[in-house]
Amino acid sequence: MSALTYDDVMAKYEPVLGLEVHVELNTHSKMFCGCSTIFGAEPNTQTCPVCLALPGALPVVNEKAIESTILIGLALNCSIAPFSRFARKNYFYPDMPKNFQISQYDEPICVNGYVDVEIDTDEGPQSFRIEIERVHMEEDTGKSLHVGGSTGRIHGADYSLLDYNRAGIPLVEIVTKIVPGTGKYAPEVAKAYVAELRDILRSLGVSDVKMEQGSLRCDANVSLRLIGSDVLGTRSETKNVNSLRSVERAVRGEMIRHAELLNDGKKVKQETRHFQEDTGLTRSGRSKEQAEDYRYFPEPDLVPVAPDAKWIETLRAGLPERPSLRRKRLQEQWSVPDKEMAAMINADVLNIVEETVLLGADPTKARSWWLGEISRLANEKEVAISELAITANDVAEIVSLVAQGELTDKLARQVVEGVIAGEGSPAQVIASRGIKVVNDDGALMAAIEKVCSEQSETADKVRNGHLPAAGALIGAVMKETKGQADAARVRELLLGHLGQA
Amino acid sequence: MSSLSRDDVANLARLARIEMSDQELDNLTSEFGVILNAVARVQEVATTDVPATSHPLALTNIFRKDLVIPSLTPEEALSGAPASEEQRFRVPQILGEEA
Amino acid sequence: MIKNSAAEMAESLASGATTSVALTQAHLDQISKVDGKVHAFLHVDSQGALEQAAQVDAARSRGEKLGPLAGVPLALKDVLVQKGVPTTCGSKILEGWRPPYDATVVTNLKNAGVVILGKTNMDEFAMGSSTENSAYGPTHNPWDLTRIPGGSGGGSAAALAAFEAPLAIGTDTGGSIRQPAAVTGTVGVKPTYGGVSRYGLVAFSSSLDQAGPCARTVLDTALLHEVIAGFDPRDSTSINAPVPQVVAAAKNGDVKAMKIGVVKELNGDGYQAGVRQRFEESLELLAKAGAEIVEVSAPNFEYALAAYYLIAPSECSSNLARFDAMRYGIRVGDSDGASAESVMNLTREVGFGREVKRRILLGTYALSSGYYDAYYGSAQKVRTLITQDFNNAFEKCDVMVSPTCPTTAFKIGEKANDPLAMYLNDIATIPVNMAGIGGMSLPCGVAPEDGLPVGFQIMSPVMQDQRMYSVGAALEAALLSQWGAPLLSQAPSLGGAA
Ligand SMILES: [Zn+2]
Repeated sequence: MSALTYDDVMAKYEPVLGLEVHVELNTHSKMFCGCSTIFGAEPNTQTCPVCLALPGALPVVNEKAIESTILIGLALNCSIAPFSRFARKNYFYPDMPKNFQISQYDEPICVNGYVDVEIDTDEGPQSFRIEIERVHMEEDTGKSLHVGGSTGRIHGADYSLLDYNRAGIPLVEIVTKIVPGTGKYAPEVAKAYVAELRDILRSLGVSDVKMEQGSLRCDANVSLRLIGSDVLGTRSETKNVNSLRSVERAVRGEMIRHAELLNDGKKVKQETRHFQEDTGLTRSGRSKEQAEDYRYFPEPDLVPVAPDAKWIETLRAGLPERPSLRRKRLQEQWSVPDKEMAAMINADVLNIVEETVLLGADPTKARSWWLGEISRLANEKEVAISELAITANDVAEIVSLVAQGELTDKLARQVVEGVIAGEGSPAQVIASRGIKVVNDDGALMAAIEKVCSEQSETADKVRNGHLPAAGALIGAVMKETKGQADAARVRELLLGHLGQA
Repeated sequence: MSSLSRDDVANLARLARIEMSDQELDNLTSEFGVILNAVARVQEVATTDVPATSHPLALTNIFRKDLVIPSLTPEEALSGAPASEEQRFRVPQILGEEA
Repeated sequence: MIKNSAAEMAESLASGATTSVALTQAHLDQISKVDGKVHAFLHVDSQGALEQAAQVDAARSRGEKLGPLAGVPLALKDVLVQKGVPTTCGSKILEGWRPPYDATVVTNLKNAGVVILGKTNMDEFAMGSSTENSAYGPTHNPWDLTRIPGGSGGGSAAALAAFEAPLAIGTDTGGSIRQPAAVTGTVGVKPTYGGVSRYGLVAFSSSLDQAGPCARTVLDTALLHEVIAGFDPRDSTSINAPVPQVVAAAKNGDVKAMKIGVVKELNGDGYQAGVRQRFEESLELLAKAGAEIVEVSAPNFEYALAAYYLIAPSECSSNLARFDAMRYGIRVGDSDGASAESVMNLTREVGFGREVKRRILLGTYALSSGYYDAYYGSAQKVRTLITQDFNNAFEKCDVMVSPTCPTTAFKIGEKANDPLAMYLNDIATIPVNMAGIGGMSLPCGVAPEDGLPVGFQIMSPVMQDQRMYSVGAALEAALLSQWGAPLLSQAPSLGGAA
C-alpha cells in the first residue's frame, strides 16, 4: 500500500463529513427516573427499578431534559416540532438494562438547524455553515469493566462487571446533515464545529461538556468522492472521539485511509471504527454478519411531547448570546490581539475575565492576571482555574489597588497567592501579611542614593541622557526596598536625582 | 400472502436472542404460516387515510420535575443478580462493539 | 365464613364479630385443603398475610380509621411485584426472583389494609387464555377440575371460585380478567386504561395491559376497584382525574332510562347455544329493570383479533427483552468461556415457554424493517377503526353488552396445540383493550348443555366505569332473585370448609 500524503488525497478527492455528537445533560436526576446523576459515585448506588429495568418498572420523562433539548435546538437554529415522540430502539447489549434504548426515531423534537463556524484558511478567516438534521433525546447506557485478559479491553476479557449508575442519564444526540464543500479544511471544520457546539452547550448551561469524562462524545462519519463527482462514497463511522484534537486527527486519518483503499482499487467498508488516541489511527469494530434491525416503534409507556408555542418562546427569549458573537464583541471592546483572545479561550478564562472587567477592572490587566499569574498557579496545583479560591471580585480589587498605587505588581502577586492559599480576601491577606507599599520618599531617596553610588557608572550614563540605563537602577532600588516601593515613584525620584526629570 | 422460511424464523430467533432447536424452528415455521395468514387480515381495512393509534389515551406532555429521589441500596439493586462482584453485576464476556 | 362476600366479611370485622387474623387463617386453611386440586396459587405467603392481618387487627383495636376492605384477604396475580415475595409471572425465567419494590397496586392494597395471601397462577407473562401456559403447571377450574379456569388470570379467578380468597387482582390485556371470570362464575373488571397504575405490573403489552379487581359480587369488585384505582405519577399513562364512583353505582344498581347496546357482531355464529340463551335472558331481565335495549353495530370488531395478535406480540417482543440473565432471574450456560450473548440465548431458550417464544418471534417479525407498515402499522390503524366503532356506538347507548366468551370452559389440553383456536376465546373481550375502555364480566347462569358458567360482558366508555357497575349490579340482583342463591352455590364441593 502506498503511503499517501494529505496533499495527494486532496489532489483527487473531496471529503464529505457527517458528525453525530452525543451530549449528556447536566440534570440533577436521570432521564426517566429520580436517580442522581452525580459523576463518580460508588457503583450501582444510583440505580432504581426503572434504570435497572426491573420487571414492572415504568419511565417518566424529566421535564428539565426536555427543556434543555429545546434550548439546544433553538440555539442551533432548529425548528421545534409541535409533536414528537419517543421510540424504542431494540437491540441486546448487557450495558443497556432494558435491551432497548428509549430514543426518538422519525419524530425528533428539533429539526433543520445550522451552525456557522469560522476557521483560519490560507486566504484568511473563512466561515462554513454546518446544517443540523436533527436534535433528539435518548438515554445513556451503563458502564462495563472488563476483567481478565491482558488489555483490560473488551476483547480477550474473561468476564465483565456492570455498573448502571450512568444508565438512563439524559443524552441529546445532535446530527448534522452531510457536510460537503470543506475541501482540505475538513479536519479543521470538524474540530471547529465540535468546539462551537461545546461552547454553545456550555453557554446554555445544559451540560458539563467534558469530553474527557464522556459528557460530550463525537462520532465522525467520513467519506470521499472523486473531485467533480456527485456520487457519495461509502462512509466509515468513527466512534467516541474524545477530544477536539482527536476529532481533527480522526477525520484526517480516515481521509487518508479511504484514499489509500480507493487508490488501490479497494472498497471502503461501511463500518464502525474506533479511534486510537495513541496512534491517531482508527481500528475496525467487530463486524457483524448481518446489519442490526432496531425495530423502532413508538414507546408505549410514554406519551408524546407537544411543547406549546408559549413555552418555546419563553425559552427562546432566555437564550444567551451566541458564544462566537460574544467573543467577537469582547475582542473588539477590549482591543485584544487574536493570539491573546485564542489564549483566553483555550485557558477557558473568558467568562471570569469578563466578570472581572464588569467589576471595573481594566480589560488588559484583568486578562493578564487570569491568563498569567493565576493560570500559572492553577497549573502548579494541577487544578482548573475555576477550582481556585480566587474570584473575579478579588482580582478586580487587586487591580484597583495597584492602580491606586496601594500595591506594586510584585506585592499584588503575593496577595493573589495569599487569596489562593485560602487566607481570605485581598484586604485580609494584605492585613495579615503586613503587605504595604513603601511611599516614604525619604526612605526611597536613601535607597536611590545608595544604589547610585554603588553603580556610579550606570548612574553617569543616565546623567548623560541615556535613559534606558535607568531600568537597572530602578530594579536595584526595588530590590533594596524588597519590592514594597511603587516603581513609578522610584523612577520619578531617580530621574530627578540624576537631573533628568 | 407472505410466508416465512425456516431461515427467516432462525433469523428472528437470532434477533430475539433465543436459541432454538431444529425441531422448534420447524414447528414455528409451519405455525407462522397459519398465524400470519390470519393476522394479515388487518391489511384489508388499514387504508392510507386511516390514522394509526399507538396509544389508547390522547395524553401529551406528562413530565416529572427534575428532582432526585432515593435510589435502591446497592444490596437491593444487586439482590436478584445471578452473579456479582465489587458491587457490580458480573456477566459473561461481552463479544461486541467496544462501548 | 369464607363463602361470604368481601363486604360481609368487612362488616364482621368492623363489628368485632371476627378478626382479620381469624379470617386470614380460615382462608389459609381452605387453601391447604383445596389448592392441591385447584392449583390457584404459585406462592402462599402465610406468614406475611398473618402479620399483615395482625397489624390491621391492632390498628382496629386502637380505634384507627380503616378503609372499607381493611383486614379482608386477597389473592394477587403473580404478574404484580410485591417486595420480598417471589414473583415469577408464571415463567421459569424469573424462578426465585424476589422484587426489591412494590407495585403501586400493591402499595394501595397495603395502605388499605387488604391482606395479601399470596401470588396466583397465570399463563406465562399473561400470554394465554387457559393458564395452561404456566411454567408451574395448569390451574383447574373449580366447576370441573378437568377444565381450564380461563386465562391468563386463571389462578385469581379459580381462587375466588374455590373460596380460597374473596378478592383477587387480575390483569387484562385482551380479556385476562374477564374471560377467567366468565368461565369460573365470578366477577372481573378491566377498568379504563390508565385508571389503575401499571407501575410494578410486569408488562406484556404496555398499551393494552390494565390491572383490575376480581371478586364474587359486583359490589365487592367495586370496593376493590376504588382501593386500587387512581392517578400515579410513576405511570406516564395514568389518568389524572377522580376515580369513577363505582361503589355508589354498584350499591345503587339503577338502570332506569339507561340505553344498553347489544353488539350485533359479538353474537350468533361461533357462540355456544347455552351462552346465547343465558345472554338473551339477561337482556330481558335488564329490560324488566327499566333499561332500554338497542342494537349497535361495530363492523371493524372482526379485525380486532388480528390486530391484537400483532400489537401485543410486538410490544411483548420488546418488553420481554430485559429477561436476559444479566441482572435477575435464572442464568443458563454460564460455563467457562461462554459469552454473554450465548448465555442470553440459552437462558431465553430454557426460561421461556412455547407460547411466549412464539409471540416474541411474531412480534420481532411484525416490527422488523420492511414489514412494519404491513403488520404493526396496519394493526394500529385497525385500532383507530375499532375506537371509532365504539365512539359511534356510544352515541346510541350508555353501555355496550355481549357474551364475554363464545363458549364455556373447555377441557385442559383441548386447544393446547391449536394457537388460532385458543386465540378465538378472546374475540369478544379484545376490542375493549384496543380502545382502552372499561369492561366487566359477571356470571349470568350456567349453560344448560354442560352446566358450566356463562359470562355477561358490559363495556363502558373511557372513565365512565360506574356505568358498567350500575348495569352489573342491576343484572346481578335480578339473577340472584331468580336463583335464590349465588351461582357459585351450584358448583361442586371441593371438600373445603362450608
Ligand atoms: Zn433510576
